[in-house]
Amino acid sequence: MRLYRHQLKWEQLVFWRSRESAVFVFLFPLLLFTLLTAVYNGQIYGHPASWALLAGMLGYGAATTAFAGLALILVARREMGILKRIRSTPLPPATYLVAVLTSIMVVFALQAASLFVLGKLLKSTPWPHHVLSLVLSLALGAAAFAALGLALTGFIRSLEGSSAVVNIIVLPTAFLSGSFGSVAHYPKVLRAIGDVLPLKYLVDLINGIYLNGQEIWDKPRAVAVLAAWGILGMAVAIRKFRWEPREG
Amino acid sequence: MPAAAISVHGLRKSYGEYEALREISFEIAEGEVFGLLGPNGAGKTTTIEILEGYRSRDAGEVTVLGFDPERAGSAFRERIGVVLQQSQLWPTLTVTETHRMFAGYYDRPRDADEVIKLVGLEEKRDARVKTLSGGQKRRLDLGVALVGDPDLVFLDEPTTGFDPAARRAAWELIRSLRSLGKTILLTTHYLDEAEQLADRVAVLREGRIIREGTPAELTGGTNETEVRYRQDGHEVVVRTTEPTRLLQELTAAALAEGREVEGLQVRRPTLEDVYLSLTADEKG
Repeated sequence: MRLYRHQLKWEQLVFWRSRESAVFVFLFPLLLFTLLTAVYNGQIYGHPASWALLAGMLGYGAATTAFAGLALILVARREMGILKRIRSTPLPPATYLVAVLTSIMVVFALQAASLFVLGKLLKSTPWPHHVLSLVLSLALGAAAFAALGLALTGFIRSLEGSSAVVNIIVLPTAFLSGSFGSVAHYPKVLRAIGDVLPLKYLVDLINGIYLNGQEIWDKPRAVAVLAAWGILGMAVAIRKFRWEPREG
Repeated sequence: MPAAAISVHGLRKSYGEYEALREISFEIAEGEVFGLLGPNGAGKTTTIEILEGYRSRDAGEVTVLGFDPERAGSAFRERIGVVLQQSQLWPTLTVTETHRMFAGYYDRPRDADEVIKLVGLEEKRDARVKTLSGGQKRRLDLGVALVGDPDLVFLDEPTTGFDPAARRAAWELIRSLRSLGKTILLTTHYLDEAEQLADRVAVLREGRIIREGTPAELTGGTNETEVRYRQDGHEVVVRTTEPTRLLQELTAAALAEGREVEGLQVRRPTLEDVYLSLTADEKG
């Protein structure tokens, strides 16, 4: 427990000290939200567009922070030999990974809170009503994406290609899952693809809670799909995660 | 003889078809500086990484500080310090922060400032890691390996890529570790480094130890002496087991003709010569 707290503290320092992670991982969804709400003024799902975009950006934030951000951070550390170096210390590997995961969840929590504040300031979006359901949903979504991010690192071979690989997954996923607005008018094929992706279910969950006054337990299917993706991610991560850089 | 810090018997390791280590055995006493020497691909890093606990072995017995490194956990890692052949640290943290972060992993760490002083980075203590030179980064690597106050330090090619001045500074540092009573296992392909630092050396080639002993024993193993001189503008190199007779003949002839033996050099073989002759055999 002492080691966990020690590592979490240093993870936070390392994250915020790095301009790349602070800007691209933390600020990007906030920036995108600002741009999208400046462009869309009508209604989405029968609510002001900014409300739906706020909900969509929370989902996108979970994917880009907990999945893409985590994967990029860990691949960089692996290829730099930092992970290997950590393995030579008494810090248990599980403690290290749990601290890294918690740290990225803390970043996402701050990001989500900032999105609500930004929405309030720019477009007077309402505060959420069912806070507990929302927090649980975001935590479940971020945890599932973090597990998938951990699994993804096993398939990224080098630092050079990592950001391209991650973006080619995250951007289309966000588009197909309704992060940037309703998918109701998308062609059937694209909607069918979106229907198997985890982000679609996280966005549905957040929409239900934030826009339609539902609770997390009103959407058992979305919860089950997200959890299943998380478990799949974890299972793959256990097999594929590597601590050592590729031999050069 | 003090207790063995490391003992290795019949160690084997293959990567697929490729046999990286073919039955190697050696022992390292507590407080000893042991050098693993060999060309690239000889099995040095495989050996050191098995001892550090990174790799499994196919056969053989390995004991490091009383532990089997393949199964050892935190208690083992409390007592070792590792400098990897290639590794970087967080570029945005400072030297002091990096030491503090690693110090937190150990039950009884050394004071971070003390370690920074030991590795000669006092003036850089508040500098970001990304602003350090290559040599300074390597000293940071060493500092991080020492911050847990280990009994045993693994140094995998600690001075590769250093300029001569930085290498000498690193040697001084490694000597000072030795005076603290640490056991040190270092790999290197620099012979002067092994000769300067190691109490004993093992030469690895193609996964086998082909020679082992003190640097003096290795160079003494061959009793040839090299005599060089210039004749008619050409350099002549003679290896002989009878240097006295050869010199007598050379100098007598020169004296009789009333001239100097130009460019005369007589030297015992260095570890480098022994090493080159040992590793050259593979082509024969």
